[in-house]
Amino acid sequence: MERIKGIFGDFVGRHGLGVAIYISASVLVWVIVLIALPQVAMLDYSFRHNLPPAQIGGPEDVYTISNYSYFLFGNGESFNALDTGVLFKTLFAAAIVTFIDILICYPIAFILAHSATGVAARMMVLGLIVPFWVNEILRAFAFRVIFGATGLVNGIGMGMGLWDTPVDFIRADVALYSSLTYSYILLMVFPIYNAVEALDRNQIEAAQDMGAPWWRVHWRIVLPVAKPGIASGATIVFMLTAGALAAPQIIGGPSNLWFTQLVYQWFNDASNWQRGAAYATILLGSCLTFVLLLMKVFRVPIGAIGR
Amino acid sequence: MSTRDVTLDHVSIRFGQHTAVNNALLNIAGGEFFSFLGPSGCGKTTLLRCISGFIEPTEGRVLIGGKDMKRVGPNKRPTALIFQNLALFPLMSVADNIAFPLEVRGVGRKERRKRADELLDLIALPGVGDKKVYELSGGQRQRVAIARALAVEPDILLLDEPLSALDLKLRQHMRTELRAIQQRVGLTFIYITHDQGEALTMSDRVAVMNAGVIEQIDDPLTIYEKPRTPFVASFVGETNSIPGKVVSQSGFDVSLDTALGRLVGRSAGGRQFASGQDVVLFVRPEQLMLDPGGKIAATVVKEEFEGSQRHLFLEAGNAALRVSRVGGGAELMAPGLAVKLNFDPGRSSVMPAAGA
Ligand SMILES: Nc1ncnc2c1ncn2[C@@H]1O[C@H](COP(=O)(O)OP(=O)(O)OP(=O)(O)O)[C@@H](O)[C@H]1O
Ligand SMILES: [Mg+2]
Repeated sequence: MERIKGIFGDFVGRHGLGVAIYISASVLVWVIVLIALPQVAMLDYSFRHNLPPAQIGGPEDVYTISNYSYFLFGNGESFNALDTGVLFKTLFAAAIVTFIDILICYPIAFILAHSATGVAARMMVLGLIVPFWVNEILRAFAFRVIFGATGLVNGIGMGMGLWDTPVDFIRADVALYSSLTYSYILLMVFPIYNAVEALDRNQIEAAQDMGAPWWRVHWRIVLPVAKPGIASGATIVFMLTAGALAAPQIIGGPSNLWFTQLVYQWFNDASNWQRGAAYATILLGSCLTFVLLLMKVFRVPIGAIGR
Repeated sequence: MSTRDVTLDHVSIRFGQHTAVNNALLNIAGGEFFSFLGPSGCGKTTLLRCISGFIEPTEGRVLIGGKDMKRVGPNKRPTALIFQNLALFPLMSVADNIAFPLEVRGVGRKERRKRADELLDLIALPGVGDKKVYELSGGQRQRVAIARALAVEPDILLLDEPLSALDLKLRQHMRTELRAIQQRVGLTFIYITHDQGEALTMSDRVAVMNAGVIEQIDDPLTIYEKPRTPFVASFVGETNSIPGKVVSQSGFDVSLDTALGRLVGRSAGGRQFASGQDVVLFVRPEQLMLDPGGKIAATVVKEEFEGSQRHLFLEAGNAALRVSRVGGGAELMAPGLAVKLNFDPGRSSVMPAAGA
């Protein structure tokens, strides 16, 4: 509290009282009204029955864990293999997308930080930002076009005689994974770039001078420095991928559900907000657990994220 | 010719229009402690990076052990470079730092640790292997960097101003230490510095560089006593420069007219001067002596006491002169006092004036 007062006082001194009040009020509104309250409301929802409006607040309106147990056991006693399966598949797919993004972005970030200069560097940055100009839905449809039966990839592949009947990239989820991977590249490049840029070039040269080939230079010198950046980037990309809705909706294979689509169905098609909220909470909880677990495995302290 | 020889054969290095190193020609013998001395920006680091293989010369050749090093990468040369900022790996322990070159060569973990501990003994830092680099002092880091370079088992150790970040005491200590390590391991040391004290105390030979040009290569004593160029005379040590015109020359002795009267000095490098030529006479402050029978008349401006030495500032014929004497003893001289000075012509240097 003292610290907050100190920061506020400092801010008043620097920018005047009006600005200070405006900024703190906006931050408070942002944190409480836009972040905390809706989440708490959703959490509250997730522990309630889906009642007709008349009964809300009545004797029937009590807390329950039925929405959560539905996720595990469905209506009956048997295990809800369908929904749990979708969750695991979603987490797995998000992990794969994140991993591919790491593979793609680490070299980009390294080159950007340590060898690209002038025009080349500016072109690279532009190339990274452009995906964000295109909105999500358009991007998803674009990938549909590229990977469709008569799309670009099949056209080229068959033209070159690599395969002779169109490959169904959409059913195989190649289109979906590619689209998700492509969408979040910048969010992965940026934190890795931040971390790697701080690396003293002399350390790379020192390692080379001592006879290290390029892969060892990266493994022992660059990668350890990049690790916190990779962790930040991976967290962001993983969360966003697991929480994506438009892309799976548009280019996911027909037999293939993303967990967000289940959440959406409960909210929208089944009008069961309570169960939808429970599913959303489950998604959030699983993602967090998964991320924390991985950070433990790779020995990245939580404080390293966002540095 | 040993494998530890380095030859620079007319090496020039250019960055665009800028010539960082101009036509360097020299041979460094195996086991020698060789220094490049020059002011900031004169191309020392560039030259060292060229020897270690990070830069290819624009012209000329670098030969190590008689072999042309063209297109031989830094990881393939028998050199180890100690960087200006040391470039220790901050995320590794001290032992892992030192053992990194061994790790590269696939030496097993146990053996690496053993070797690292041996090297830590060599640099007189036993038992710090498990510390992190940031837990060491500047001088300790310095020695760890040397140990890491020695772990490469190089034939030639290249050092880029490794002492510049240390304080004076530590720097002086590390000079002796470095020289001792060099004599123990018997490698060729190529040392870069802009500190003349370092170059003179440690080296077998010194190359003085100015704006990319090597102006003189000699042993430290010769560099100091018999500088060949005005730059060397004024960059290495303090000096008095007295401009004048040549009257006559017999052998090494040049007699010249100056604002202080007619003086005799020694021709630097045995040059022949035409009579009437514009020249500069250089005399070290400690070579100028107070002598009642001296030819140069001067007035005391002030005298400063600096411990082991005292510095006398004088004015003579509108020129400022400096005399250094042993520190203790007599009272400081009062300003305004008239004195006579003398010097041994054999310990002075006469050179063509700049631009002449
Ligand atoms: N990669 C480069 N591109 C362009 N110019 C360079 C490059 N490296 C060095 N130079 C220039 O070459 C000259 C010599 O640089 P160098 O680093 O060799 O100086 P130095 O003698 O080591 O100086 P210091 O004592 O300050 O370290 C400088 O003028 C510098 O600007
Ligand atoms: Mg330098």
